[in-house]
Amino acid sequence: MTCPDAPVLIEICDLHARVDDQPILNGVNLSIRAGEIHALMGRNGSGKSTLSKVLAGHPAYTVTKGSVSYCGQDLLTLQPDQRSRLGVFLGFQYPVEIPGVSNLEFLRVSTNARRIEQGKEELDTFAFEDFVRARLNLVQMDPVFLDRSVNEGFSGGEKKRNEILQMALLEPLVAILDETDSGLDIDALRIVSAGVNQLTNAENAILLITHYQRLLDLIKPDYVHVMAAGRIVRSGDKALALELERNGYEWVDRELDTLEMT
Amino acid sequence: MNSQSQIEQFVSQPYKYGFVTDIETEKIPKGLEEEVVQLISSKKNEPEFLLDFRLKAYRHWLKIKEPNWAELSHPPIDYQDIVYYAAPKQKAKKDSLDEVDPKLLETFDKLGIPLSEQKRLSNVAVDAVFDSVSIATTYKEKLAEHGVVFCSISEAVKEYPELIKLYLGSVVPINDNYFAALNSAVFSDGSFVFIPRGVECPMELSSYFRINSGDTGQFERTLIIAEEGSSVSYLEGCTAPMFDTNTLHAAVVELVALDDASIKYSTVQNWYAGNEDGVGGIYNFVTKRGQCRGARSKISWSQVETGSAITWKYPSCILQGEDSVGEFYSVALTNNYQQADTGTKMIHIGPRTRSTIVSKGISAGHSSNSYRGLVQMGPKAFDAKNYSQCDSMLIGDQAAANTYPYMRSQQPDASIEHEASTCRISEDQLFYLQSRGIDFEEAISMIVSGFCRDVFSQLPMEFAAEADKLLALKLEGSVG
Repeated sequence: MTCPDAPVLIEICDLHARVDDQPILNGVNLSIRAGEIHALMGRNGSGKSTLSKVLAGHPAYTVTKGSVSYCGQDLLTLQPDQRSRLGVFLGFQYPVEIPGVSNLEFLRVSTNARRIEQGKEELDTFAFEDFVRARLNLVQMDPVFLDRSVNEGFSGGEKKRNEILQMALLEPLVAILDETDSGLDIDALRIVSAGVNQLTNAENAILLITHYQRLLDLIKPDYVHVMAAGRIVRSGDKALALELERNGYEWVDRELDTLEMT
Repeated sequence: MNSQSQIEQFVSQPYKYGFVTDIETEKIPKGLEEEVVQLISSKKNEPEFLLDFRLKAYRHWLKIKEPNWAELSHPPIDYQDIVYYAAPKQKAKKDSLDEVDPKLLETFDKLGIPLSEQKRLSNVAVDAVFDSVSIATTYKEKLAEHGVVFCSISEAVKEYPELIKLYLGSVVPINDNYFAALNSAVFSDGSFVFIPRGVECPMELSSYFRINSGDTGQFERTLIIAEEGSSVSYLEGCTAPMFDTNTLHAAVVELVALDDASIKYSTVQNWYAGNEDGVGGIYNFVTKRGQCRGARSKISWSQVETGSAITWKYPSCILQGEDSVGEFYSVALTNNYQQADTGTKMIHIGPRTRSTIVSKGISAGHSSNSYRGLVQMGPKAFDAKNYSQCDSMLIGDQAAANTYPYMRSQQPDASIEHEASTCRISEDQLFYLQSRGIDFEEAISMIVSGFCRDVFSQLPMEFAAEADKLLALKLEGSVG
């Protein structure tokens, strides 16, 4: 659903980042407009997950160069919680378990933090129960998971559904979904994808990080980018993903060699 | 941004109850000898039997040594440098709150324990103890309608000497240990609760202990008796001003539950902990023990220990009656140079007795936090069962956590189960919550209170929220 006049939500320019002393991002450029779905592909270790964590503000990564502008603001100066409240969402590849913290209460505190920022009314315990129950269907999640501790004892699939439920509650402008398809069987994959599809609209955008074409059959990207050695080395449309599916990543190495030479 | 050091900063917070009330106090001179014990007894117009009790305790105390087995270190306590009795000067005995010095009422107001009729908590009766004396007890009349006695122990000595004679020292004998002997010799005040047969106490009972004088030891004594088929829930809270000297607090609490009776005893301990360099703070040496004397009786201890420079306490249950139940739920938070050696003893004597221990220790700064617990199965404890779970959370890399479980069984049918774990607040947990819009401070509070949930869920409703807030407060501070 691309529209050349839609506002740019996030603009990444020449982004470099390292963890400890190891450079991982080496000049990422990417611009995402409202209404767009971007897929980010690439081998393990190419920097996809790092990019998602840097955008969300993980403290272990240090940005050494470049900029990220989000709705006109300098994203990199904001704390992770501020970014979330402003509408940046990271769907985790491995959602963390937090023992003893009620999932329902966590979802409520999180949702209200975003709502206050948006100037919306805070939801009390009862209003929130209604609010969350209305969204459980989206990911076909059993309400019993609301009464458990955050992600504790959830299966891989349940954790991912809980992530998409959070996306539904927080209504982000930019959702970065880091390998949301990993560890899902085909039924769960369909459910989660259908949930994501229902949440897309002309105002928001999605950056989908994945290894597999099968996810892109279910969530149709407008753009596909290939990452290698901490950079986006090629961008295209759906056809690029199909090409990768057929030919693997070896050509990426050749492309990279050419890049190194220039 | 280094989140580990942020967490460490975050757990250091100023103490909010450190003020001193400027009030005229009657004190006896420092030091302890037989005359001092006699003086305390005569000041309180005590009957002969109690003076005997005190003197016996004192003479025993002289013969024994301070225990040194705990994971604690402190300079020697000079027992001659302590004032053993201090009381705010006021007209004789207060029959109504109007006669209580307004300064005292103000103090308790400031501590969040309003005593005056308009402001007091609607469903909690409070006994307020200031230094060595009880200054007021609320809702006495209403409780009396149900036959429940809730008053200061001094008053109980006068009004119910037979009960005192029968039960005082029956659970914690005067020669039980060094600090219990000292307390038995010089105890000044504390609370007394009597729930008659078949009565379910109509409201929560609560005692609030306030140390005000810097050089005065506090030696309170609490006795709770629940007759056949009765039940009661009791909570104690405590705070003290900030002094750069150490103040000794050595309390004794005795609980007696007869057939089918149940006592729930909760503590929120927030004595002054000393400053960030470990100067000052309360030395808290406490003996708490409950006896499930009757069949099917139940005693449940819950404690949230956040204060004191040193905490030495092991609220215990003697499970004598058949099918009786003992429980211990504990959260102990230490920071800076605080030291806590705390836990419980579950002594299974009767058949089919059961006990549960859940202990959560959180240590930050340079503090040391030890769990020490004994589970003992006697020869007649057929089919007795114990389950223990001890979890520690470390914040920073200078804090220590220890677990010392002791298990003794003379009954092959009995079962003892013990689980232990140690964890840290991980950067990934914090980041996960933050990336959902929850700020740093709230994220830490959430993780810590999640860690403590099994214990908080045992506290009376009103106090569970209170404890959660207290912990958040302890964990609050300047975030970098």
